[in-house]
Amino acid sequence: MGPHLFANYVEAIAMILFGIGFLTLLLRNNLIKKIIGLNIMDTAIYLFLASKAYIPGRAAPIIVDGVQDVEKYINPIPSGLVLTGIVVSVSVSALMLSITIKLYKRYHTLNLDEISARLKKEGR
Amino acid sequence: MDIIRNFPCVSIMLCLFAGIITSGVKEKTAKCINRTLIMTVFALNALTLYYTLVTGGAFVYVMGMFPAPWGNELRAGSLEALMATFFSIIMMLSLCGGKKKLFDEVDPEKHNLYYIMTDVMLASLLALVYTNDLFTAYVFVEINTISACGLIMIRQNGRTIEASVRYMIMSLLGSGLLLMGLCILYDMTGHLLMSNIRESVIEIVQRGIYKIPLTVAICIMCVGLAIKSALFPFHSWLPDAYGYSTVSSGAILSSLVSKGYIFLLIKIFYRVIGFNLIRGSHILNVLFVFGLCGMIFGSISAIWEKDIRRMIAFSSVAQIGYIYMGFGLGTTEGMVASIFHILAHAATKSLLFISAIGLTDVSGGSRSFFELTGSAYRNKVAGVGFTVGSLSMVGIPIFSGFVSKLLFAEAAVLHPDQKMLPTLIVLAISTILNAIYFMKTVLRIYVPENKAVIEQKGYFSVTAGQQKTYTVTIICFTVLNLFLGMMSEPIIHVIKVGLSNFA
Repeated sequence: MGPHLFANYVEAIAMILFGIGFLTLLLRNNLIKKIIGLNIMDTAIYLFLASKAYIPGRAAPIIVDGVQDVEKYINPIPSGLVLTGIVVSVSVSALMLSITIKLYKRYHTLNLDEISARLKKEGR
Repeated sequence: MDIIRNFPCVSIMLCLFAGIITSGVKEKTAKCINRTLIMTVFALNALTLYYTLVTGGAFVYVMGMFPAPWGNELRAGSLEALMATFFSIIMMLSLCGGKKKLFDEVDPEKHNLYYIMTDVMLASLLALVYTNDLFTAYVFVEINTISACGLIMIRQNGRTIEASVRYMIMSLLGSGLLLMGLCILYDMTGHLLMSNIRESVIEIVQRGIYKIPLTVAICIMCVGLAIKSALFPFHSWLPDAYGYSTVSSGAILSSLVSKGYIFLLIKIFYRVIGFNLIRGSHILNVLFVFGLCGMIFGSISAIWEKDIRRMIAFSSVAQIGYIYMGFGLGTTEGMVASIFHILAHAATKSLLFISAIGLTDVSGGSRSFFELTGSAYRNKVAGVGFTVGSLSMVGIPIFSGFVSKLLFAEAAVLHPDQKMLPTLIVLAISTILNAIYFMKTVLRIYVPENKAVIEQKGYFSVTAGQQKTYTVTIICFTVLNLFLGMMSEPIIHVIKVGLSNFA
């Protein structure tokens, strides 16, 4: 366990960050903090993918000087996945932020529980 | 005939392009495009279903002609085609039934947006059903979440915005877990296509390596999809999202969106990990327990609820519990029962939502249980629709709910281990609880109201002639329900064939 953990310390950090982001998104009441948690969670996944994709001594998958040997380059797919993931995460963050603005304009607070309590009181 | 192989891809592309075109046209044209699109998708998928049944197997559509480990693929078998066909029918009927309410509740300039959302929603559902690539599935899960959020939020009031925030938060937790799970799986296997992952997973298991990461990946993917489809402890977002959105959205969300995720989970069980391995991993036992809890607690919450729309929404929690309980049995019979219940619940729940709105409309817009007294006399069509839906949910023979309950009971009896007794007991308790809250409501809407009260509150009556589209929708739903209830054999056969093709 010990040596493996040390060799894969980037993945371990990614998992810890994922946990932090997950719990922030789940447990925090403040909507902006929730969105920050969401972004930490997504970024942790990209860190995980990027660290898994990197192989020491190999170059980015762009052919230079006519070297076509597969052993010289890393796998480009994880980088592609990270890019796709970033696009998805940007769009959901934008949507969450826009809803947050809407709620703030209506209720002048970012606390989700307070908003729920007020809605219950209004009875609508 | 071979041209049919292109239809799954064509139907997804059509939906996406329709979404783009709709953004630039007038509202009426948008509606026409939307309806034509859904009918076209229905026809294309029905032809695909026919093709898969005639050829007796599944086919793989290679996107852009890049062969297996590099390219992206769609896979269509009879089960996928059946689901896609069914989803398009339900979507069409839900939109028709809620048409009038959409006009009342949503700003006219936002109608275009609504049609864009439904187009994109259909595209994502079809993609979830057909895709053979896990990462594509993840991307469309997110598209599905965003469009569902739009469907909830299209009716702008405090409740719906709050509901959509809660929906988004839970969905994002779910999709984060799903993404993490599939990244771990990708790191172990080096593939993203389901069939290739399966081969690698078999090899990994034979060599006895990566035991813990594989279990972790399976668990977090299951939990992620369970959160997204509102399995019992994660259902807190559901009643508000289904109860306060405009009625078409409520019907579409409850009968299609959660089912899309559940279908993806079935695909992960069968086509990615392999059902034998899933059975060995004990995750099914966890799903089984939470399914049973959901069946009981969903129904109890529904009994306490005084708001009819929220009551129907809580009943969804119980029905999702049934589906997961079927998975939890870990047998093919249980799986068949669950898949049939996906269809039965989709047909019934959307009928209930659509007919409930007819009842509340003639009761001065009040959704409170007591105000609905005698509403079935004021809107007879909605009353009949609600009664049919309730009988089906309770499980009265000739309606679709009966067949799924029968299948669940059969699957429980055929189960080799000790899961038989708890399943049967909880099934019985849950049926009684279902009967309590649905029959209570049916009796309430058929109790005649005092004439004085009707005049005082200004209630009005609506005849079938005044609401033609609505009446036709309710009739179609009822026929669909009876069809599922009485002609279940061929559908169960298709499900069995599809499942055997999966493995």
